[in-house]
Amino acid sequence: MNAIKIVMKRELGSYFSTHLAYVFILIFLVLSGVFTFYLGNFYERGQADLLPFFNFHPWLYLFLVPALSMRLWAEELKSGSIELLLTMPVTIIEAVLGKFLAAWVFAGVSLVMTFPLWLTVNYLGDPDNGVIFSSYLGSWLMAGSFLAIGSCMSALSKSQVIAFILCGVVCLLFVLAGYPLVLNSIKAWVPLLLVDSVANLSFLTHFNSISRGIISLRDVLYFCSVQVVWLAATVVVIKARQSR
Amino acid sequence: MIEVNHLVKKFGSLIAVDHLSLKIVPGEVLGFLGPNGAGKSTTMKILTGYLKPTSGTVKVNGLNVEHDPVSVKKLIGYLPEGAPAYEEMTTRGFLTFVAELRGYVGSEIVARLDHVVDAMSLSSVLDRRIETLSKGFKRRVGLAQAIIHDPNILILDEPTDGLDPNQKHQVRELIRSLSKDKIIIVSTHILEEVTAVCSRAVIIADGKVLEDCEPSALETKSKYHGAVTLTCSCESDFAKIRTATEALVAGPMPVVDEAAFSMTLFQGESDQALLLRVTKLLDETGIAAEVVSEKGRLDEVFRSITKLAEVSA
Repeated sequence: MNAIKIVMKRELGSYFSTHLAYVFILIFLVLSGVFTFYLGNFYERGQADLLPFFNFHPWLYLFLVPALSMRLWAEELKSGSIELLLTMPVTIIEAVLGKFLAAWVFAGVSLVMTFPLWLTVNYLGDPDNGVIFSSYLGSWLMAGSFLAIGSCMSALSKSQVIAFILCGVVCLLFVLAGYPLVLNSIKAWVPLLLVDSVANLSFLTHFNSISRGIISLRDVLYFCSVQVVWLAATVVVIKARQSR
Repeated sequence: MIEVNHLVKKFGSLIAVDHLSLKIVPGEVLGFLGPNGAGKSTTMKILTGYLKPTSGTVKVNGLNVEHDPVSVKKLIGYLPEGAPAYEEMTTRGFLTFVAELRGYVGSEIVARLDHVVDAMSLSSVLDRRIETLSKGFKRRVGLAQAIIHDPNILILDEPTDGLDPNQKHQVRELIRSLSKDKIIIVSTHILEEVTAVCSRAVIIADGKVLEDCEPSALETKSKYHGAVTLTCSCESDFAKIRTATEALVAGPMPVVDEAAFSMTLFQGESDQALLLRVTKLLDETGIAAEVVSEKGRLDEVFRSITKLAEVSA
């Protein structure tokens, strides 16, 4: 337990000492502003809620999360520091969890930094703060799932660029699986049961239901299990590297 | 104690370590010698639990590295090849991180840091980022993290590679000061280092142990061991010496350097007193020459042992 905390602390610290943290938060804030106010028609809708803000999160994460996760393992593999880390009295599971949690906590901090939007919407009207809270939670859970995928992709390659692209592609699949475009096109030729399971695999399906204000155990469990599965895959990939 | 039993490591079709067996007891400083790609680093990576062996076992103080990696890792301090570190961290931040992972808390961390910073003379770079340090300092930071928990077993992969002579001397002094009741394994391809710090030399090539002996015994394996080099100041003396010493040659043919008026005579298998006979001959003939007795050239032993393995492979 303690080792997870130490690894996490170091990893979080490195986000800030490499200035990645500042660049990431800045770009995240600017882009969510652009999406919310220009593409999401925040004012024109005349509704006091943050739906236009949260609706764009899956797409925003699609390229911001890989940027955050690509260095998790690829950098260690490239510099050789992985040899140092894994010859310390730390298990691979602890190392994987520590690094993942650092990235996830950081994603949470970035989300919290968007609080001025929440203040604005409360100033302008009388939004349902329960829905907003639930959306924030859903967005954070979804970011964790993106990051878990990114962690595994980063362990696959020494190259951060490859890790970035792989993570982007796999995450895109998970997002698109719930998009009407994809669902409609497969509806014609696969059984309904399969269409439902594909839709159930999608980040969008679960994120949309949470951001409507309903925190169901099913959706929370979904995101948690995606994280567990991909983190377990990360452990397997690193173990395979040791016995290659 | 470290017991390595029939260790095999394959990378695809390449056999990096080939049925390697070793037993190392406390107090030994083992010099791991071998050409590049001989399997030195791979063996060290398996000993430290970073890589899993294809077959065979490694036991450290009776604990199997594969079954109980965390317990074994607690006993070992390890400097990987090239001394990798988290380059964006400061020396202080990095060493604190390692001390925390090694289980120290609060004031213990400060005490351990003080100790290694002093031992490795790092106080001037304590608050600098590791990426801005010179190669020598980076290596010393790597050594500092390896000894921070005062381990009983120290495994150093090319600790002096790329250091200047003063820094090399410092590292060797450190190894000597640590060596009393610990196991230290040092890989190198600098042969002088083995005679300077090691109590045991193991030469490996193609993943196999070719030679396992004391460093001084390695010198006696050289054809230069007990050889005598004669150097004259002029050509006429040199010509006289060449004819006079012809009778003395029992072993391999002498090596002659005409330009330097110098020749090296080798000891035959049976005669042990070559130096005595050469000085006697010089006395009798009255020829002036500088006489140097050779101890043995490690480079030559290294080459002949590892080349022999190449030919027989």
